[in-house]
Amino acid sequence: MGLHHRTVTVASAAGLHARPAKLFVQEAVRLGVPVRIRAGERTVPATSMLGVLSLGASQGTEVTLESDAPGAEDALDALAALLARDLDAEETLDA
Amino acid sequence: MPDPARPPRQRLSGLGVSPGRSAGPLVRMAGPPELPAARPAADPAAEIATIAKALEAVAADLRRRAADTADATAAEVLDALAMMAEDPMLREDAERHAREGRDAPHALDAAFAGHRETLAALGGYLAERAADLDDLRHRAVAAALGLPMPGVPSPGHPYVLVAEDLSPADTAGLGPEVLALVTERGGPTSHTAILARSRGLPAVVACRGVLDVPDGTVVSVDGRTGDVTVGLTREDAADVIEGDRRERARLAGGGGPGRTADGHPVKLLLNIGSAADLGPDAADAEGVGLFRTEFLYLDRRQPPSFDEQVAAYAEVFARASLVVVRTLDAGTDKPLPFLGLPPEPNPALGVRGLRVDRVLPGVLDTQLDAIAAAARDTGATPWVMAPMVTTVAEATDFARRARARGLTQVGAMIEVPAAALQAEELLAELDFLSIGTNDLSQYTFAADRQHPGLADLLDPRQPALLKLIALCAEAGHALGKPVGVCGEAAGDPLLAPLLVGLGVTSLSMAPICVPAVRDELSRHTLEECRRLASG
Repeated sequence: MGLHHRTVTVASAAGLHARPAKLFVQEAVRLGVPVRIRAGERTVPATSMLGVLSLGASQGTEVTLESDAPGAEDALDALAALLARDLDAEETLDA
Repeated sequence: MPDPARPPRQRLSGLGVSPGRSAGPLVRMAGPPELPAARPAADPAAEIATIAKALEAVAADLRRRAADTADATAAEVLDALAMMAEDPMLREDAERHAREGRDAPHALDAAFAGHRETLAALGGYLAERAADLDDLRHRAVAAALGLPMPGVPSPGHPYVLVAEDLSPADTAGLGPEVLALVTERGGPTSHTAILARSRGLPAVVACRGVLDVPDGTVVSVDGRTGDVTVGLTREDAADVIEGDRRERARLAGGGGPGRTADGHPVKLLLNIGSAADLGPDAADAEGVGLFRTEFLYLDRRQPPSFDEQVAAYAEVFARASLVVVRTLDAGTDKPLPFLGLPPEPNPALGVRGLRVDRVLPGVLDTQLDAIAAAARDTGATPWVMAPMVTTVAEATDFARRARARGLTQVGAMIEVPAAALQAEELLAELDFLSIGTNDLSQYTFAADRQHPGLADLLDPRQPALLKLIALCAEAGHALGKPVGVCGEAAGDPLLAPLLVGLGVTSLSMAPICVPAVRDELSRHTLEECRRLASG
């Protein structure tokens, strides 16, 4: 299998906090593939809300998603695509 | 039928902070659990099982509350809290502490403490989430100890909620079963008081001894006098509720402009966030004294467009004869994504309110353009004011920019003591002042307005605050210009006569507060109000 990874820039205006963090973690839980997310020195499971918040990632922060589990490629693509969207702007459109 | 378990009638007394009367069985909110002395944990596997069960119970309870609430914002908050309770890192940390020999409650406590520290160190928004973790920690430790879950109870029948004090998280879960609030601690600007007034719930704070009354005891609560009577029958309770219903109907039937018993006019105005807040009650007031424009900007990456602003303002101007618009009040204290302001160590003393104009001048210019355009479209004459004005130079600059756009009634919020001390100089440049008592208290007393332990300093009856209000009102009289109050104090019927006695010309408040303030004012002559103010 080997280790797969994707590097992506956080697009949400508020960073990976609040609602964007919640949507990201919910998606990671739903996919059920163990994925880790790294920003700088810190690496945490993508399914951990507290871990993801503790990255302190703001808009424009580069983060790396990694996984060596079966199904890694598809899960990484889905999560990377989520991070590359501005989830705050979408919230505004919903309102 | 006599109630066999009924304790003897007894009267407790506290501070009435939200008028109205109600009665019913009392239910106490469980406080944070006491962590007992650590016990040797011989079987880590058993502790780990307890940890898992405790966290699952907390998450399940929060999800049930999220599903039960009709408030979408509250549901989202509760749902996010449930996700944190299920957090795999948190659970692993607690399990690790258990394997190292800690019992389940101490292992949970240690795991929460570690994550709390991480979030607190990040500052800003994330530091605020640390308080959420405290709430979860209390719930998880209580579950592990087999104690009732802390937080607002839901007994399945109407009840009087009794607590040591209420936090913002508690108030998010407050359902329609709550008849009245009584707290052992707290003061007139505490969350309990503000929430109760906004919901029209009778409330008494600082009521000593109320936590000693057993659950289920029928009590009555008078949010005007602060009296709490213990040991009523259910029939007594029904009489109290019926009396309150008649009283509210009488107040609602009052109507008409605000005036003292001898006919001195005091404008009664509304605090609103959008045209949606101008409900059927709105016709009852004499206009809008505080139109908060922040709602347009919430959750935005880009500021709202000029056209969007014009439409939102015009909708309000078309529906009320007098509207006081406050320009955007945000900054590092109330961060909005599109402002992109860096976090500050001391946001209350940082770039907020009008000060945002120093770094992003286009935001205010566009907003003033939009207000002026909406005024032209509707033929209205809106009043505009800036928040957090501190110096005469700031007021002069704001007035110049507003008047250049054809806005003729220009004013300032008085929230900073420096501005209050210069009230006369400010009014030489402006047409009116509006006093925001919550922030003015916070800055005058160097006391965070959300600090639960400093409520006495934030009491609007504090003489130093009243002196600053009087200074502004006197400047208004000297120059013949209006000076109103739009802070929490303006909606408190017990304070209204005092503010009028100080010389305040209008009171702006939540719509629900208007009938009681109007009624209270009508019971005092101007001379009596002045005596209250000088006493």
